[in-house]
Amino acid sequence: MPALPSSKFATRALVAPAALAMVGLALTACGSKASDTASGDGGTAAESCVDTSGDTIKVGSLNSLSGTMAISEVTVRDSIALAVEEINAAGGVNGKQIEVVAEDGASEPTIFAEKAEKLISSDCVAAVFGGWTSSSRKAMLPVFEDNDALLYYPVQYEGLEASDNIFYTGATTNQQIIPALDYLKEQGVTSLYLVGSDYVFPQTANREIKAYAEANGIEIKGEDYTPLGSTDFSTIVNKVRSADADAVFNTLNGDSNVAFFREYTNAGLNAADMPVISVSIAEEEVAGIGAQNIAGQLTAWNYYQTVDTPENNKFVADYKAKYGADKPTSDPMEAAYTSVYLWKNTVEKADSFAVSDIQAAADGVSFAAPEGEVVINGDNHHISKTARIGEIRPDGLIYTIWESPAPIEPDPFLETYDWAADLN
Amino acid sequence: MDVVVGQLFTGLSIGSILLLAALGLSLTFGQMGVINMAHGEFIMAGSYTAYVVQQVVSTGGASLFISLIVGFLVGGAMGVLLEVTLIQRMYHRPLDTLLVTFGVGLVLQQLARDIFGAPAVNVVSPGWLSGGVEILGAVVPKTRIFILVLAIICVVALSFALKTTPMGRRIRAVVQNRDLAETSGISSRKTDISTFFIGSGLAGVAGVALTLIGSTSSTVGQSYLIDAFLVVVVGGLGQIKGAVIAAFALGTINSFIEYSTTASIAKVIVFVLIVIFLQARPQGLFAVKTRSLV
Repeated sequence: MPALPSSKFATRALVAPAALAMVGLALTACGSKASDTASGDGGTAAESCVDTSGDTIKVGSLNSLSGTMAISEVTVRDSIALAVEEINAAGGVNGKQIEVVAEDGASEPTIFAEKAEKLISSDCVAAVFGGWTSSSRKAMLPVFEDNDALLYYPVQYEGLEASDNIFYTGATTNQQIIPALDYLKEQGVTSLYLVGSDYVFPQTANREIKAYAEANGIEIKGEDYTPLGSTDFSTIVNKVRSADADAVFNTLNGDSNVAFFREYTNAGLNAADMPVISVSIAEEEVAGIGAQNIAGQLTAWNYYQTVDTPENNKFVADYKAKYGADKPTSDPMEAAYTSVYLWKNTVEKADSFAVSDIQAAADGVSFAAPEGEVVINGDNHHISKTARIGEIRPDGLIYTIWESPAPIEPDPFLETYDWAADLN
Repeated sequence: MDVVVGQLFTGLSIGSILLLAALGLSLTFGQMGVINMAHGEFIMAGSYTAYVVQQVVSTGGASLFISLIVGFLVGGAMGVLLEVTLIQRMYHRPLDTLLVTFGVGLVLQQLARDIFGAPAVNVVSPGWLSGGVEILGAVVPKTRIFILVLAIICVVALSFALKTTPMGRRIRAVVQNRDLAETSGISSRKTDISTFFIGSGLAGVAGVALTLIGSTSSTVGQSYLIDAFLVVVVGGLGQIKGAVIAAFALGTINSFIEYSTTASIAKVIVFVLIVIFLQARPQGLFAVKTRSLV
C-alpha cells in the first residue's frame, strides 16, 4: 500500500519541472521571435536582437543579489541604478530612456554565464553591467565573445587579460598594486612580508609583487597564504613579527581581515612600526574590523568616499539620499557608476547602439567621474585611472595621503615594465 | 627560543579555542549521539549576543562578563528549543538529526543575516584585554590568555557538574544505559533537555569568546564546527578528558607545522595525521564505558 502514494508523489514531482521547462522554452521562443533578425540559435555569433526602434533601450545589470557576494555586489547594482536614473532624468541616451533588466548571479560563476546568455539572447540588452569576482568574469567572457555582446566590469582585478567584448572600468595592476609598491619604495621600504588568501587574485598579485621587488632591490621576507575564511592568524602574525619587514602587503579577502588585524594589533604591532597596505579593504569593511584595530593602516585604490571633487560630492550626496545616510560609497561602486556614463558617451559618439560601432568609437571617450577624469583606451578596453594611497582614520573613512599626479594609462599585460617580461 | 615559546603559546591558545567550541559538542554528540550541525550556529548566536549586549550596556569589561552569562543562556535556550521541537523525535536516527540540524543551521545563518546584515559587525574588546604580555621573549596577546583561562574554567565547571551534582549523575546514568536509568526512576526527557541546555550554552560561551579574536558574522560558527567535531572524535566520544587532550594536541601540532610550512599545508598534514590516528584507534583517545547492549 505505501507504494501507491509515493509513486503518485514521484509522478507529480517529475511533472512539475517538466512543465516548468516547457513554459521556459515557450518564453525563450517568444523572446527570439520578438527579435525578427535572430537566426535560429547555436554557438556562433548570433545576429544582435537589440531592439532600437522604440523610445527605450534595454541594458542588463548582472550582480550577485544572493549568496556570499551579495553584500558587496548589491551596492554595485544600486549605483548602476543611480546612474541610469540620472541619465534618464537628463533625457536618456540618444533620446531613448534606459530600461534596466536586473539579474541575480547568485555568487556562482556558472549562473553568471547562464544569466549573461539570457540577458543577451532573450532580453536583447544593448550592454551588460556587472560581475565582481574574477571567476565570474572568466565564466562570462566566452558568452560575451560568442554572442559578440558587451560587458562593463567594475572591479579591480589581477590583470593579464583583455577582450574586445569587455570594458574593464576597475583598476588593473599597474593602476593599483604597482603605484602602491612605488609609494612604499619612495617611503624607504626595503623589505616586505606578503599575506594573502589562497586563490587566484592574491597568488597572481604576489607573483607580480615579487618580480617588482627583485627588480627594485626590495627583499621579500616571507609569503603566506591562508584558506579563504581562515580566522586564526596567530602563527602568521608571529612569523611577520620575527621577520621584521618594513611593511606588510595584504591581499586577504573578506572576514579573514578582521581576525588578521585584531591579532596584529594585540600582538603589539602597529602602523608606525610595520604598516600594512591592503588592496581589498573598502569603506564598508572597516566597520566590521573595528576602526580602532586598523586606524593608521594603508590602502591602495582609485577612489575613496572622501575624494574631494565636485563630481564626487554630488555622487556621494545623491547615493546617500537614495539609499541611506549611513551607506558608504566604495571604489567598485564608483567604477560601476562611471561605466554606465562611459557607455552612454560612447553610444552618443558612435551614434549607434551596435556593438561594432561602440568598439570602433570607444577609444578616447572620456567622463568626468567622481574619481577624476577617466578615458577609455581603445586597444585594451581598460580606462585610465588615478592611483590613490589612503590612510584609514579612526572615523572609519579612508583619506587620500598620496595620489598619482595624473591618471595612469592602463597596461594590463605590464608591457611597459622590463621586470614583468616573464609574467605573461 | 622565543619562537618555540611563542608557538607553544599559540598552540595552547588555538587549543583552548578548539576546546571551547568542542566542549558542548562533546556533551550532545559524545554523550547523547546527536549529530548537531547547528552547534556552529549556537556559537554564532553567542557572538551576536556579545554584540547586542555591547549595544545596550556600552563597551568595557562589564559587557564582556554579562555577555558570557547571557551568551550561555541564549545558546542553552536555543538548544532546548531545538531539542524539544525536532531532536527528541529522532533520538534513534542519528543521520536524520544530521540532516535536520544542518537545515536548521542554514535557517539560523540567514536569520542572522536578515537581522544584523551580511557584513561582519564589530565587538570592541575591553581596554584591559588589548595588547600582549611578554613571556620569555614571545608576545602573547592578552585576549588569548583570557580565552585559555575561560576554557579551563569551563572544563573544571563541567566536570564538577557531571561528577558531583545530582543532575550530573543523572546525565551519566542516562548515557550509560537509558532504559535502566528510566527504570530506576530517572526522567530521561528532563535529563536530555538539561544536557542539551548545558551543551548548547557552552557553544554560546564559545561564541562570546570568539568575538575577542575574529569576525562576528553569520558564518563564524561554520569555521569552527568541523574542528570541534574532530576534537570530539579524536578525544573519544563523550570524554571530556579526551577532548581536552585532543584540543591542545591538535592546536600545538598545528601551530608548529604552520610555522615551518604554510597554513594550508598545516591543515592538510593535521587531517592526514588524524586519519592515521583513527585507523589505529577508531574509538579515539579514550572510549566511554557504557552498560548498554549496543
